[in-house]
Amino acid sequence: MAIDKFLIEASHIMMFARSVGDDNPIYYDESYKSDSGCEGIIAPPTFAQSSAQFDPDYFLRPKIDGKGWFGSGKEASGFKPSGSGGGGGAAGGLHAEQHFEYHLPLKAGDILSATTKPGNTWEKESKRAGKLKFSESVTEYRNQNGDLVITATGVGVQTERPVDS
Amino acid sequence: MLEASKIKVGDTYSEVLVEDLKRTQIVQYAGASGDYNPLHTDEVFTTKIAGYPSVFAHGMLTMGMTGRMVTNYVGDGTLKKYGVRFTSQVWPGDTLESVATITDIRKEDGENLVDLEIVTTNLDGVAVITGTATARINS
Repeated sequence: MAIDKFLIEASHIMMFARSVGDDNPIYYDESYKSDSGCEGIIAPPTFAQSSAQFDPDYFLRPKIDGKGWFGSGKEASGFKPSGSGGGGGAAGGLHAEQHFEYHLPLKAGDILSATTKPGNTWEKESKRAGKLKFSESVTEYRNQNGDLVITATGVGVQTERPVDS
Repeated sequence: MLEASKIKVGDTYSEVLVEDLKRTQIVQYAGASGDYNPLHTDEVFTTKIAGYPSVFAHGMLTMGMTGRMVTNYVGDGTLKKYGVRFTSQVWPGDTLESVATITDIRKEDGENLVDLEIVTTNLDGVAVITGTATARINS
């Protein structure tokens, strides 16, 4: 995954904060100043994940014409996706771990770019889902000045069968 | 923002993250995050094709809600690190509670920091997320 332009926008932050049930005014009121000295609209800790919106080829978003989408329409599914793991909602797989390192504050108005590199891969046996194949991916988010803002490490897992709950 | 003089190792902070999680909130998260995996929003696909009993929440939705508990505790814009393992799935109807426990209060490169251990559990007491966070604090 490479993202050229991840625009950090106030309305997107507001919608994201709502979706995780966070009504903290630091995520929508630009005149709010928090106890910690933060002001202006900042992004919540997991917001970088929504860079998927700015990835032109993101495979977990239906294409404009809906073709090739594996979710239900008239039929229960077109097909099962064959994408590999790698964290962050891996197709045909599950998200096993996610880690963020924050190097600089992320604020509305910033413009990030992101590059992702594969990390380690490993396997494990589990009682609940058979053989597990883990794969790591490391994404670096840089701002308009080229400075590193966030490092995100995702771990995806492909399971042999659906996880017993 | 936390102050080193007012906290100690073993202190805890907790919040109920969600009561009776609604499918619509999962849809809301899909729309905001851009992760439209049908496993989270498409009951037909998820039960008939993927073989799960129902749609389930994005791990990142639970991480996001847990992050709200963390920032409410440590203050806005103070996080240095936040990481989790997704240990069990979260289903519509779940009620989740999250607890942060202080594991260390330390100095690094002239900054005062607090380390937290985090666990989010459902009403059966099953951990759905375990993790850690590090935040800046005042001296």
